Amino acid sequence: MLRTAAAILRKDLLVELRAKESVPAMALFSITTFVVFHFGLRRVGVSGDLASGVLWVTLLFAAMLGVNRLFLPERDQGGFDAFLLAPVDRTAMLVAKAAGLFAYLCLVEVVAVPAYALFLLQPPLGQALPELIGILALANAGLAIVGTFVSALAVQTRIRDLIVPLIALPLLVPALIGAARSTAPLFASGGAEAMDGTWLVVLALYDLTFGLLAYAVFDFLLED
Amino acid sequence: MTYGKGLRGLSLATVAILTAAFALVFFYAPNDADQGFVQKIFYVHVPMGIVALCGFVAGGIFAIQYLRTGDRRHDLRSYVAIHLSLVLAVGVLVTGSIWARASWGHWWVWDEPVLVSFLVVFLLYACYQPLRFSIEDPEKQARYASVFAIVAGAFVPMNFVAVRLAEQFTHPRVLGTTGGSLPGSMRLTFLVALVGMVLLFVTLWKYEMAAKNASFQLRALRRRLTGEDEDLVPAGRSAAPRLTQSAAAAD
Amino acid sequence: MAATPAIELRGVGRRYGERVALRDVTLALGAGATLVVLGPNGAGKSTLLRILATLLRPHAGTCRVLDAELPREGHAVRGRVGLLGHDPLLYRDLSGRENLRYQARLFGVGRDRVEAALDAVGMARRADEPVRLLSRGMVQRLAVARATLHEPEVLLLDEPRANLDPGAAALLEPLVGRGSGRTRVVTSHDPAGGLAEADLALGLRGGRPAFCAPPAELDPDAVAALYR
Repeated sequence: MLRTAAAILRKDLLVELRAKESVPAMALFSITTFVVFHFGLRRVGVSGDLASGVLWVTLLFAAMLGVNRLFLPERDQGGFDAFLLAPVDRTAMLVAKAAGLFAYLCLVEVVAVPAYALFLLQPPLGQALPELIGILALANAGLAIVGTFVSALAVQTRIRDLIVPLIALPLLVPALIGAARSTAPLFASGGAEAMDGTWLVVLALYDLTFGLLAYAVFDFLLED
Repeated sequence: MTYGKGLRGLSLATVAILTAAFALVFFYAPNDADQGFVQKIFYVHVPMGIVALCGFVAGGIFAIQYLRTGDRRHDLRSYVAIHLSLVLAVGVLVTGSIWARASWGHWWVWDEPVLVSFLVVFLLYACYQPLRFSIEDPEKQARYASVFAIVAGAFVPMNFVAVRLAEQFTHPRVLGTTGGSLPGSMRLTFLVALVGMVLLFVTLWKYEMAAKNASFQLRALRRRLTGEDEDLVPAGRSAAPRLTQSAAAAD
Repeated sequence: MAATPAIELRGVGRRYGERVALRDVTLALGAGATLVVLGPNGAGKSTLLRILATLLRPHAGTCRVLDAELPREGHAVRGRVGLLGHDPLLYRDLSGRENLRYQARLFGVGRDRVEAALDAVGMARRADEPVRLLSRGMVQRLAVARATLHEPEVLLLDEPRANLDPGAAALLEPLVGRGSGRTRVVTSHDPAGGLAEADLALGLRGGRPAFCAPPAELDPDAVAALYR
């Protein structure tokens, strides 16, 4: 199954590399949103809870863009049929797509987080970076799993891009809570404070639960 | 299983218990020292909340049954349970808001974790019917709705825990008083109100199931009379599950 | 002793909501034989093909392909059946070679097969261009390569000659034609041509079989009546 997932992931990365659509758009969207926040909030710099919230909400919405397009190659081009005809374990599609979305999110954050530090973040980013990367990794995993699930659910409906954020955002509330709460002390205006480990546990449990759930139900979304 | 059986008895029992609950609330339960009369909305708000949550989870369980057996009636049960719970969830939000206004002067408070969790759950389940409506193939509709119901049903408890952890409590939780810490008279009233709410839910559920079942059987009969080849006025797009004639006739 | 038929359908049906897409299809097709499915648009030809390809589940009746019961044993059949539908099932941003290599990985087929397939359909020279730049005829050739890459025992072809000039059609004949020696189910809008290469002919109208017999035993009017 993992080999099939690797094959699908490779194909998806190749398509994205050629078309260069999703990742640049998500990154640009994040930066634009930071600028919009500047004008909306009328602040030169943000710190603490506010900084954490602005960053995570922006990343969340950027993720929605990626989620909407996740199954695009299957829907428009190759079609699900090519995959459904193959003698493979169908959950490979879930693993491959989630891994792909995780990769896209990481790439976007490589651009977006420094941009955030540049435009809006008041305290320096340096010392808190390792913890931040850890939080980003856990949160990205949750975003990737839930995003893939919702994308697969929506791809067969008539209102796919409308319904993706409507279903995904409530489902992601616990992840948002975990991510925002754990990041807030890192952005304290007096310099980074210690992170509260509880929220990381919350994130990890969230990832695990949704991972198992998605794994269990995914087959039903693909068959006809 | 016919849904109409015993419905009259059930309805009478529901009316009786709800009346008893009303009487208890107004005449028996004491006025709360802090909040006065308004606190009595608790007897509506909390049972509604409990029943709604159970309804959502039940919807998920029926959905699992549907995916396992393919019997469309499970899908119908799931749909009705979620649909009724959504209505109750709106009630929870409204009564919670009224209570917040009376107690704290604001129409909405963020530091009540139960209320906030309900808001998130409501927003999620509000997508259930639009999702169903947007899928035209009835079988696919049932399958996708079931997957949604299962994940959403598992999400409900997770969400409650997460929101509860997130909110700082600046004052003791009054909206959600556990049964154990209630004085005797309040506890009795609460239990009666809870039973009444459960009966109300079950009665409404049975009514809706019976009504839908009847309309399917009618349609199936019409098909049989006019001949299978004739196209009836097409049923049109619908968010509600539609049983095929064989499933409906089995009742 | 008669060999087990490659395809065996009994009373197969499929609904779409209340509408009947396919009803009461019964036939048996021996290994290496060709079944041609005729009928007007919307008759259920593609539905039948998709059921045989394990993409759709039959709602009624029993369906056996290569001695496996669908849908229960569908996974046993998937690697041995090839479907060529209306959609070429190729990723337009990738080249022909990349598409076929991806397909090869999904089906557990070696890279050398990819090169052999590209040669067989005459696309070796243009295999590295993105599919969206190719003409429809070339895309169809790549689609044939994709469908036959894993050397399936059963071929399901939905109007295989669409978009092909006679030269290309001749080139592909040993892969998907009678010359391939494989069991084939072919849908066709050309009754005469279809019947010429068929061992068994099934006529569908409104999802129901109008006739199912070897072409020699067919009433000539029956075919014409199908399209009226």
